[in-house]
Amino acid sequence: MPALPPKTLGFHHMLRLFLAGLAILCAYLTANAQEAGLQPILQEHQEIIAKSSRKTIGPAIDAIASSGLPQAQVMLETWAAKDVWMRKSDGLFFAGKKVEGRSYELTDFDTGEVVGIFEKSNLKQLKPNSGIRAMIGTALVQYQLTDPDRARRLAALQSIQRDPERALLEPLRASIADEADADLKAHKQRLERLLTIGYDEDTAARVAAIEQMSDDLGVDVRGALNPLIATTRQAAPELPSNVNIAAVLEPGSSDLTRDEAYDLLVTGNLAPPRLSRDDIRTALAANIDGGRVGDIPLAQLNTDETRARAYVTLAEARVVPALVTEADINTALAEHVFIDTYTEPSPEVTAAAVQALEQIELKVGLNQTLDLTLDAISLASIYFLAAIGLAITFGVMGVINMAHGEFIMMGAYTGYVVQQFIPDHTLSIIVAIPMAFAVTFAMGVAMERLVIRWLYARPLETLLATFGISIALQQLAKNIFGTQARPLTAPGWLDGAWVLNDVVSISYIRIAIFVLATIFLGLFLYIMKRTRLGLEMRAVTQNPRMAGSMGINPGRVNMLTFGLGSGIAGIAGVAIGLFAKVTSDLGSDYIVQSFMTVVVGGVGNIWGALAGAGMIGFLQKGIEWMNPSNTLAAQTYMIIFIIIFIQFRPRGIIALKGRAAGD
Amino acid sequence: MERSFVAKNPSVLVFLAILSLFTLGVTVLSEGFGIGVISTSFVKTLGKTLCLCLIAVAMDLVWGFTGILSLGHFAFFGLGGYMIGMWLMYERTRLIVVESLSQADIPPTSAEVVDAIGTQIFGVVGSSEFPLIWAFSDSLFLQLALVVLVPGLLALIFGWLAFRSRVTGVYLSILTQAMTLALALYLFQNDSGMRGNNGLSGLQNLPGVTASQDLVSIWFLWASALALGLGYMLAAWIVAGKFGSVIRGIRDNEARVRFLGYSVENYKLAVFTLTACIAAIAGALYYPQAGIINPEEMAPIASIYLAVWVAIGGRGRLYGAVIGAAFVSLLSTWFTGGQAPDIPLGFYTIKWVDWWQVLLGVSFVLVTLFAPKGIGGLFDLWTNHRAPQRYGAPLGPDESALREMEALE
Repeated sequence: MPALPPKTLGFHHMLRLFLAGLAILCAYLTANAQEAGLQPILQEHQEIIAKSSRKTIGPAIDAIASSGLPQAQVMLETWAAKDVWMRKSDGLFFAGKKVEGRSYELTDFDTGEVVGIFEKSNLKQLKPNSGIRAMIGTALVQYQLTDPDRARRLAALQSIQRDPERALLEPLRASIADEADADLKAHKQRLERLLTIGYDEDTAARVAAIEQMSDDLGVDVRGALNPLIATTRQAAPELPSNVNIAAVLEPGSSDLTRDEAYDLLVTGNLAPPRLSRDDIRTALAANIDGGRVGDIPLAQLNTDETRARAYVTLAEARVVPALVTEADINTALAEHVFIDTYTEPSPEVTAAAVQALEQIELKVGLNQTLDLTLDAISLASIYFLAAIGLAITFGVMGVINMAHGEFIMMGAYTGYVVQQFIPDHTLSIIVAIPMAFAVTFAMGVAMERLVIRWLYARPLETLLATFGISIALQQLAKNIFGTQARPLTAPGWLDGAWVLNDVVSISYIRIAIFVLATIFLGLFLYIMKRTRLGLEMRAVTQNPRMAGSMGINPGRVNMLTFGLGSGIAGIAGVAIGLFAKVTSDLGSDYIVQSFMTVVVGGVGNIWGALAGAGMIGFLQKGIEWMNPSNTLAAQTYMIIFIIIFIQFRPRGIIALKGRAAGD
Repeated sequence: MERSFVAKNPSVLVFLAILSLFTLGVTVLSEGFGIGVISTSFVKTLGKTLCLCLIAVAMDLVWGFTGILSLGHFAFFGLGGYMIGMWLMYERTRLIVVESLSQADIPPTSAEVVDAIGTQIFGVVGSSEFPLIWAFSDSLFLQLALVVLVPGLLALIFGWLAFRSRVTGVYLSILTQAMTLALALYLFQNDSGMRGNNGLSGLQNLPGVTASQDLVSIWFLWASALALGLGYMLAAWIVAGKFGSVIRGIRDNEARVRFLGYSVENYKLAVFTLTACIAAIAGALYYPQAGIINPEEMAPIASIYLAVWVAIGGRGRLYGAVIGAAFVSLLSTWFTGGQAPDIPLGFYTIKWVDWWQVLLGVSFVLVTLFAPKGIGGLFDLWTNHRAPQRYGAPLGPDESALREMEALE
């Protein structure tokens, strides 16, 4: 990139001196105007204000805005509200207010005194169009930026952020020094940097601003930088000298295929267009002559080859334009250069912007990895929560419960029903969790006593019987609650998300689910390792007859274990219902994944379920990240991966060894 | 001297006789060939039911006889349907496209015809290119071969992977269910090349056939009955021989059969693949009668229903599977079709459209608990055949030992 020649620098220097002089002059004029008030300024621009044309109004607004008079703000606001009236007799401007009929009460801007009531026929209303109102709005920003009301200053900043403009840069800069509020001051400074990047006249200042912002992750920074490196692709006979070239492209490379290159030439009117198959067919159809085209019978024109011959014959007869041959294309491509040019003319600025964006991209990439990890953890905790009940019934007891998903669904519906009676969301969730546990615990115990108890020796039939229960429960839920989704609303304090920066954020519900999953992990470990029930459970699982002879009632323990697993599924249902739609097929969405989690992790071991949930969660998010548009594909590939994974570790990630393995 | 196969299995003859009588009866009563008592749509329902009976026979072979509770056979059924559907859709669209292009001044090139067919078929998923998997869709012969080859190969690969790593019992069931889910989810994508959730449609129109649906439905009924008869005979022949004894042995005690020197994995793989092929043929006959196939049909729930039919009909006997499939699916059509009368209870009216699933689920639990032999068990009552009561705790070292209740007798 060539350095700026010293001559240009000198010119800039002179321009600054000139501007400084102008500023002093303005200050002098302003001082004069302050004595005279606003009306003389308005009168100075009387004609263009009365004419109200967007093209010519500029100087008038500038003069009013730079007068420094407090009443200027009032006048501009009144003007924008279409309430400024001109008295036809002397051409003076006043604020007008309708009193009665067709008469208006006029107020002087300078004194604030009522001048009198006038008939509408003696007055002319100023009706600024939307273009002028926008200019007035811009002029007003400088007042709003220094407004004593903090809310108005913030609103002004937000409006600048929404549509930044060159003209706003100076007032913004001027307002920074006097800003008392630290937050707003930081906000203003940041906005000033962004506007500098986009609009400052001075290249050095822009480059400095770009470098300052190059470690900022904000979307607005990227929004300010990206237009600077926007390029347009064009073809030209030779390299133009007066443009900021981003890259010279070689036709046939991966960036620019030969076809694209030729199409560029065609759009630039540098080469004749190629004919598509359709064009050829249309041309042939237009030149049918007695059942023949170019001496070839119509019936034979059903291959590309005969069509090409017919077309060449037509072209030789000069009926149609000649075909563009491969040789023509080669020559045309060789004779032209293909370049990407920056819209931004200054090479320093584009170079700095490219570098800054690279730095930002790197940081964004790192943060996205962090965000993805958080997502994966949250998904893993959802799977863990859905699978932890299964880890007990299937993992510890070896009972395959296809109705587990329906227990999750029942938990969610319990939460919904509780919310119908307790409107306070926080309280209702606190009530719903034990309620859901109670409902599904009872259901689980009933199911164990009535059905599963008889089938311990026949695991495949347990699968089928519990499946029968599952379809019956699903249909019952449909009959009771209908097919449409029911809302289970999270308490207000779970709304929103924990935002680390513009890239990394995680919703509070997901954090809550993570916490819940951790609590359950601890609870499970406590029950299994530290309580009498856990001890009995493990004993009955390992050898029911031996446990029985030690005075444990295996039937009772099995019942309680199954009830516990089902109850936890119910609580998981409340948690899942908070973010998913509560429908009758809520459970079946999770059942296969839950079984996968347990099988992949290793049966009979809570750490296995945790590892399984972690693996499936990370895997699914990873695949989704590689192909973000397609979550269906992510699930497909994940299941295929799991099937293959089972080949290598048939007993899961954490396999039980020795006698505990059961065979 | 060995007795002949039929002499050893008189039930096969009885079954074939009943099937022929049924087919003949429907033909005589149909609109297409007979007196028109049975509507064409009901003929189609009956033809579809025959296909479902065929896949139930396959399911019985793999579950009732070999003990592999596969929850993936409906995936093979669907794949078979997709394979035949590709040809039906391609050929029919081709005829329409050629017809419309022949109006043009200049005859179309073959590339133009293919492009136009592609636009017609894949327009709904925003594409016009033929995906690679449609490469053979222009040939009926190849596509018919693929009906068997694609599901067969999938079953072979999946079975080989699963059986060699000794995945058994409920684990295998879950794994097959996962396979079905993966396949269904894959086909749900628009860029899978199978038109996503639109599926393939218009399959009831046979390309080049001008006969009315009244006749076509009867043809398909005959074809389905023929396939069911052949499939039944094949299955009966398999289970009657030494192979049948081995697979029953695998069902009852896999480890013992392995120690006797049989290659358990190969037997299982053979049965799994064969039944997948039978399921695919059933699907290929089913979907032209249904007219439309989409990934919804292959959802894991469908395969579980298949297990329900076989269980209700009676596992481990082929006619039980046929009875179960026919009985439950026809009953299901009757209940969900709104034909069953509502039951007013005064405070609430039971609408069967809403309550049929509950009834099915509950009766399924009851059958599993109290009548593990299913409807087929009624034949045992009739023939005075009684099985030992196998309830109570085992008296010996493992499950195959005598049980308490058995010992009492």
